[in-house]
Formats: sequence, C-alpha cells, structure tokens
Amino acid sequence: MLADYSILLIGAILVNNFVLVQFLGLCPFMGVSNKLETAMGMSAATTFVLTLASVCSYLVFNYLLAPLGLEYLRTISFILVIAVVVQFTEMVVRKSSPLLHRVLGVYLPLITTNCAVLGVALLNINKEHNFLQSLFYGFGAAVGFSLVLVLFAAMRERLAVADVPVPFKGAAIGMVTAGLMSLAFMGFAGLV
Amino acid sequence: MALLRVTSPHAHGPASTQKVMQQVLLATVPGVIALIHFFGFGVLVNIAWAALLALAFESLALKLRGRELGFYLKDCSALVTAVLLGVALPPYSPWWLIAVGMASAILLAKHLYGGLGYNPFNPAMVGYVVLLISFPVQMTTWEAPRGVGEVPGLLDALRACFTPASFDGTTAATPLDVLKQNNSLLLENLWAAEPVFGRWAGIGWEWANIAFLAGGLWLLYRRIFTWHAPLAFLAVLALMAALFYDGGSSASGGSPLFHLLSGATMFGAFFIVTDPVTSAVSVRGRLVYGALAGLLVYLIRVWGNYPDAVAFAVLIMNFAAPFIDHYTQPRTYGHRKPAKRREES
Repeated sequence: MLADYSILLIGAILVNNFVLVQFLGLCPFMGVSNKLETAMGMSAATTFVLTLASVCSYLVFNYLLAPLGLEYLRTISFILVIAVVVQFTEMVVRKSSPLLHRVLGVYLPLITTNCAVLGVALLNINKEHNFLQSLFYGFGAAVGFSLVLVLFAAMRERLAVADVPVPFKGAAIGMVTAGLMSLAFMGFAGLV
Repeated sequence: MALLRVTSPHAHGPASTQKVMQQVLLATVPGVIALIHFFGFGVLVNIAWAALLALAFESLALKLRGRELGFYLKDCSALVTAVLLGVALPPYSPWWLIAVGMASAILLAKHLYGGLGYNPFNPAMVGYVVLLISFPVQMTTWEAPRGVGEVPGLLDALRACFTPASFDGTTAATPLDVLKQNNSLLLENLWAAEPVFGRWAGIGWEWANIAFLAGGLWLLYRRIFTWHAPLAFLAVLALMAALFYDGGSSASGGSPLFHLLSGATMFGAFFIVTDPVTSAVSVRGRLVYGALAGLLVYLIRVWGNYPDAVAFAVLIMNFAAPFIDHYTQPRTYGHRKPAKRREES
C-alpha cells in the first residue's frame, strides 16, 4: 500500500518526469525559468493548483460525467475545471493572504494554460487511478515539475553570463540544456 | 563558470589551467596502464583516436568563433576530455562511435556554451551518455579481460577500430551486468560460477579502480581539488551498499567493496566528480554534490535499467550544481552569520 504510493510518487517525479521525459508543461519551463525567485513562485503555485485540479477532475469525471454517460466531454470539462480551480485559488489567496498573492499573483492565471495540468487530469482517467492515486499522481507531477523548473532556473542564471555564441544565446541554449537534461533523466528509466 | 560572491581576502593561485590539466592527464596514467594490461591495446587506440578528434573539433570550434588557436589548444582541456571519454568507452569501439562521442562532447557540451569554464555539463560525460542512449549495443559490449579471455594485440585493436571487419575476440558481461542479471544465486555461488569475478570485484576492474584511486590520491596531494566531493561520493556509495547488502542473498545489491571497486567508481570519484567547472564550488556544496552523486549511482546501478551510472549521476548533479551553490554560499569573511543570500536588486 505504502510502497504502491511511493512508487507512484517516484515515478511521477523522476522516472516519468512531466517536463523532461513526457515533454508536458514546456512553456512555463522555458518561459518562467529566467530567474530563480520567479521560478520558485511558479513552482509553489503550480504544485497547489496541479494537486487540486487532479483531484477535482477525478471527482468531476467519476461522479458527474461517467454516471451521465458524457465521457467524451472530458477534455473540455477538465479545461473548465482547471480554470475554475485556478480562479478559485486566486480569489482565496487574495482574500486570505495578500502577501502570498503578491508572490504568486502573476503566475496563477498562467497555470490555466499549463498543459501538464490538463495532462495529469487526462492521464488519471487513462490509467484508471482511484481518488488517492489521483491525489498522489497530481502531487508527484507537480513536485517533478517544480524540481526541474527550479534547478533549470538556477542554471539559466549562470548561462546568462556565459560566453555563448550569438546564434545560440537565450532560448536556444536553454533548449539545448533542457535536451541534455532530458538525456540525463533517461538514466532513471527502470527505477520503478 | 562559478559565480559565487566571495569577498576578500583573495589569494593568487600559481596554477594555470594548462598546468592543472597536464597534472590531471598525468594522474590518469596508472589507470590507463591497468586498463591496457587487462583489456589490451583497444584502450590506447580509443584514447589516441579520441585525442586526435578532440584537437580537430576544438580547432574547428575555435576557428568558427574567431578565437586564437594556439592559446586555447595549449590549455590541454580538450585532451583531458578525450582521455576521459577514451577510458570510459568500451575498448575496440568502432571509429565512428568515438567520433560521435567526441563531437557531442567538444562541440555540443563545451563550445555551444562558450568553451572551457562556461560548460554546465561535463563534456566527456555528455559524450558518453549520448552514445549510451543512441548505441546501447556497442556501448555495452566489453571485451573479456585478461585472465578470462584472450586479449587482442595492437594490430587487431587498430583493425577493430578502423575497419568494419570483426576480429576473433571474446566478449563478456561486465561484473556489474552479471550481478544485475542475477536473481537466483547467492552471491557466494555467483562468485564461484562466473569467471568475471575476481578477489573483491571483477577481474581487471578492481585493479583499474585501485590504479585510478592512486592517481586521484596523487592529485589530491598536489591540491588540484579538495577531498570533499570524492570522499562524500565514495562514502555515500559505500553506505548505501552496506545498507542494502543483506549478507549476500540473491537479491543483494553487492558488497560495499564490490561497488567501490567496480565499473567507473574510482574514475568517477576522482576525475569526473571533481571537475572544477561543472561541480558545485563551495565547500558545503561539494559535500552535498558528491553525496547526492554517490546516492544516484547506487540507485541507478541497483534498481535502474543501466548497469553503471556514474555518467548519468554526474549529469544530473551537474544540472543541480548551480542550485546547490545558490544555497551553500560561504559566509563573508569577518562576519559571524552567513551573508544574506540575495540582496534586493
């Protein structure tokens, strides 16, 4: 039982890392990784939303869509669920903790378009996860995303001052680095 | 390049890049001799061909970027990369395999990032991992060491590298491979059943590792690097092996001594993990860096798909090194508390 869930977690964080192995959520990975601090804000916000959205979409699918025979509507309804979760999170955070809102505020709306969030929701259904598994899978995906985003941000701060040839400056060398990282993460294959 | 904010006092170091690189080259000699003794001249052919290619690719990149050839070629860093990759590759590899590896190492991992000092990943390990993932068959075919099979001569080695004709040789699974495939025999019986095992680890491998250890200790004595990263690396690897040894059952991960003297352990600990450019640079950072690399090596060796893991572990830790540095900045000289990590700018 416990082993099953830890395998699910390690699988989602390292072996099938959403960014470096499944190539989901690449836009925030490239877009918000210029500074370590913003990357951390994004990570925190994404972790929260991803976990919540994973669970919510599971509930919507199993207690609303499946009984009504509307499974074919899952993609559009999940998008709706994610948008609602993001909006709800923003409202709660703004009212309850203005400080946190200042830190996360800018990134919250961006998460709506993060394909890793929708990816987790859909993969939960494909893999027939139950409620707890959905929770762990969503959380693991978020931790994996946060881990590589934060590490990548620290590295890009260093790349910003490297003597990179002009055609490769900026996003290009970022992509090369992400590719090399993806290569390194293949070493985790077979761990679970 | 390490951008730690370290405040004064600064001391001038007399070591130049060229001198450091030459000493590293010198320190690989015992290990290379041991490898040649046990695996034949294929090792030497690997290194020579890799060195030639390294100089060629380095010159090409410098030419394209309009840099002064003589100055940058003389720092010997390309040669070090060539030796490290040549040692890591299986002997008797075909010429194109080494060429692809060296191109990835020098052009992709080093000069795309601006050359020596800017590369975030260890070039030799990038070359190795690119090859391991692209050509797994060639990269896991190791010649049987002397004592298990016959070792080919120099002519055969050259023929194996540069002509498509194959030669009469015996290949054998590496000890790490054999241990990984084993799921029925007690370690004691496995040792007796498989000829590749020697006194502590694999025949040939144990002595190559000891030779690399000797070279590494000499570098340590010459103060080319500090003891932190290699010691943390080896200690954590041994600790993990001790925790999961379980007395040598069929599910055992192998004894600590086996892991310390197998595969690329000592070579990795003293020649790869200590790379001043791609590893963490603060003292505490090096401890963390080495320890995590040791942990990853054990995880991937025992539970992953690949028999050895030094290259993967090092690349993953290279990726984490800037982050580790960010959180292990040394305190400012003369101040009691660690300096505030990051002033508002």
